[in-house]
Amino acid sequence: MATTTTTTAARARVDRLERIWEERPGLLGWLTTTDHKRIGILYLFTSLAFFGAGGVEALLIRTQLLGPDKTVLTPQQYDAVFTMHGVTMIFLFVIPISIGAFGNYLLPLQIGARDMAFPRLNALSFWMFAASGIFIYIGLAVGQAPSAGWFNYVPLASKTYSPNLGIDFYALGLIFNGISSTVASANFIVTIFKLRAPGMSLNRMPLFCYAFLAVSFALLFALPVLSVSLIFLELDRQLGFHFYDIAHGGDPLLWQHLFWIFGHPEVYIIILPAFGIATSIIPTFVRRRMVAFPLVALAELLVAFIGFGVWAHHMFATGLSTATTVYFAAASLVIVIPSGIQLFAWIMTIVTGTPEFKTPLLWIVGFIVFFIIGGLSGIMFAAIPFDQQLTDTYFVVAHFHFVIFGAAVFPILGGLHYWFPKVTGRMYHEGLGKVSFWLTFTGTMVTFFPMHILGLLGMPRRNYTYPRDMGWTGFNVLESIGSYVLAAGLVLIAVNLAMSLRRGAPAGNDPWKAPTLEWATSSPPPPYNFAVIPAVSSPYAMWDPEDREKDVRNLEAGVLVLEQGHETPTSTVVDAEWDEVVEMPSDSPWPISLALALSGMFAMLLLAHWVTAGVFLAFAALVLLAWHSKEPQEA
Amino acid sequence: MTGAGRRHAVAVILFAALALLAAGCGDQSTLSPHSKASRDIATLWWWMLGAAGVVFFGALFLLLLGWTRRRKRGLPVFGEDEGLTTGLVVTFGIAVPVVTLIALFVVANFSVVSATQAPKTASTAMTIQVIGHQWFWEVRYPGTTAVTANEIHIPARTRVNVVATTTDVIHSLWVPELNRKIDMIPGHRNRVLLYADRPGVYRGQCAEFCGPQHAHMSMKVFAQPPDRFRAWLRNMAAPRRAPSSPELTRGEQVFVASACASCHTIRGTSAHGEVGPDLTHLATRTTLAALTIPNRRGYLGGWILDPQHIKPGAKMPAIALGGADFQAVLDYLQSLR
Repeated sequence: MATTTTTTAARARVDRLERIWEERPGLLGWLTTTDHKRIGILYLFTSLAFFGAGGVEALLIRTQLLGPDKTVLTPQQYDAVFTMHGVTMIFLFVIPISIGAFGNYLLPLQIGARDMAFPRLNALSFWMFAASGIFIYIGLAVGQAPSAGWFNYVPLASKTYSPNLGIDFYALGLIFNGISSTVASANFIVTIFKLRAPGMSLNRMPLFCYAFLAVSFALLFALPVLSVSLIFLELDRQLGFHFYDIAHGGDPLLWQHLFWIFGHPEVYIIILPAFGIATSIIPTFVRRRMVAFPLVALAELLVAFIGFGVWAHHMFATGLSTATTVYFAAASLVIVIPSGIQLFAWIMTIVTGTPEFKTPLLWIVGFIVFFIIGGLSGIMFAAIPFDQQLTDTYFVVAHFHFVIFGAAVFPILGGLHYWFPKVTGRMYHEGLGKVSFWLTFTGTMVTFFPMHILGLLGMPRRNYTYPRDMGWTGFNVLESIGSYVLAAGLVLIAVNLAMSLRRGAPAGNDPWKAPTLEWATSSPPPPYNFAVIPAVSSPYAMWDPEDREKDVRNLEAGVLVLEQGHETPTSTVVDAEWDEVVEMPSDSPWPISLALALSGMFAMLLLAHWVTAGVFLAFAALVLLAWHSKEPQEA
Repeated sequence: MTGAGRRHAVAVILFAALALLAAGCGDQSTLSPHSKASRDIATLWWWMLGAAGVVFFGALFLLLLGWTRRRKRGLPVFGEDEGLTTGLVVTFGIAVPVVTLIALFVVANFSVVSATQAPKTASTAMTIQVIGHQWFWEVRYPGTTAVTANEIHIPARTRVNVVATTTDVIHSLWVPELNRKIDMIPGHRNRVLLYADRPGVYRGQCAEFCGPQHAHMSMKVFAQPPDRFRAWLRNMAAPRRAPSSPELTRGEQVFVASACASCHTIRGTSAHGEVGPDLTHLATRTTLAALTIPNRRGYLGGWILDPQHIKPGAKMPAIALGGADFQAVLDYLQSLR
């Protein structure tokens, strides 16, 4: 209870903070919010809705493959469903939930800040993300879903071979989505560098924040490449350009290079937040600090950096020269090292600590097991001839589901349990939590492990059906059954958390005796996060009781409370020395308005109404003008 | 069951699963190699699996150790010594992986890779051309007029250079029992070596998603003794067998006059279509529609009348032929040996 208000003067300061930081009530409040926690919650529910959609698509795929020659889906429907499954899970679920929901909600809390550096930009990221997701799903709803796979190779994705609007929904939707992520990552970088509580020098920053710093930089450099490749594609499709058209001097391989220059860093963008969540949960439940902290921090950054140099290992079967493939194979092996460091740091921390296997830690152990499996099969793909044999088979499907579902989503699910008390103020049901973990773990193993064997037995991926006499049927049936078990596990998590929302035991500020600052404040935290900007002298701030006592004294003395306005302090980039106090914008209608104007523009680009698209762009410019007009100040 | 008994049962199940794998129960398995290239890859896989198993079970052992010591502080001997644990992370996270990965890199990417790489130009006894189409494989034998589809004949124990190209989207040529795959990309002339240790039939399939009927784009490689291969090639290079009866002549006339001829070629007639497979020696093939159905009269008839039911999205339209015309065309196509 670090910030319990003891004196009347302290209480008066907190009341004043309450008044200054309060937002509009009701629906309007949610539409105009700039509070990073409410934006995080919006991100959470929106991305979970897309997770539901992607999950239904997965079950449709597994049901179609439940036996040979089944006709649950037509070939065209199957192609649309597996494409939407990939696009949804990557762009509309994993990235937005990890960066948008977890990052947004927790990062300012972990660094002792009152909000993100650019609160309105933060709201804009969310509304653009939501709009881009709905945009892509409108394609599916009107029967024009993309169906060339999530990496959308040309010329299959060209106007000639994919004449309907599906690919345009995909391309424009992802450009829109990319703007959202770019904005978000710039916001994260500035927040991490400038808004850390004075005293939290870089070496005192939690590893979770290092992971988000790495992800944000990776996104910032990877997304422009995706946007460019998609703009080229739309120019080809809508205006008859020839970037990817071999008959007119273009080259379809250009798409593959551009896509994977984005696409491989993307893999690390997907998994790094999971690493961050793991490094938050492990110390809490093993009661000790992370082993080899500086090595792990460095490894998180290195993974993001080296991730940019390995893209062509997705293209070993395209006939690249041997010298090229050998370079990319070597780079792909180099990236194993930082992953190995982190892996053994997690394991050694657990083994040498005092582990208590509560639900969140179980999810992390599941994550470690799956990350090892997915990592080991990944290493195999750096053996060029093996890659050339097994690429585009179910072995790859097994590999990336262990990495993306097992290793990236398991920590997200663990994190949902871990931070549930902080966000809701209540505890989830531990028994149900454990049952749902084991169901999901078993389901994941049964669904994805046999895919390795199917790949080895020669089953290519993306087949809407398969012949009876290939020896593939049994494994496919097993996988489909596994997918239903997996779905049951996920439903049980939803039931547990939904029920606990009303019936859970009150959590208090810090039910886990956890090490990071989000546990210093009330559950759920107030709009201003901390009544007093916390003192920090290690990455495990909550395990430094003197600092927490200092917070109480500061509040009583009125030091670092900043109750004169809507303000947060900034600090220097490396040493986090006191810099200045900046005024933070309050809730605003402009972010959602700008997102709406841009949605209109993208819809018109899709329909090739160029002039109307220009009108919407002009609207967007007007909104930006309004955005930058001075807003009335708190009295 | 006792602990030892359970371990025994697990070992038996594991062994049975591995044996099943090694047997390669399908006929498109990467684990039943029939060439040096494929065998080297399979051997590489088993070694990598072994090494991966050591890592996996080692890590699992450590996690289980954590489980047995739950709610207990530190480790015996190790305690919570920061220097010691960091040392372990450096050993197992950096040193051991570096050594293992260098070994893997050298073996896989210098040794095995040389067995699977595209053969140098003119280093092989023969070159064939395989061209991907949505959704079938066109096969040509340069230096001859032979053209066929979906069933690639090669001489056994002969290095064959395959030039892989495409007329539409990207496909990928893959016969796992003989070698790794190679993508067929517009504007690129990729090559891959095909070699079979002994005569046999080896199944292959398109490995790069190429549209709705990607699942029905398979092919077979028939590796034959060289003399039988030469006989086959001579026949394949010849024009179609001239109709030997009035009924067959009528069949040819119907074929040439109908929509069939606008998409298919039958060498020796005026049918010169280039959309679908060459049918000059259709009756010598064992399957239809890229291995979707067997090449028997009933299936052939069903394919002509309603191809969209068998392979939805295929380029072949339903051909409405009157009863007698239909039977004549079937007779004719079945005579194209």
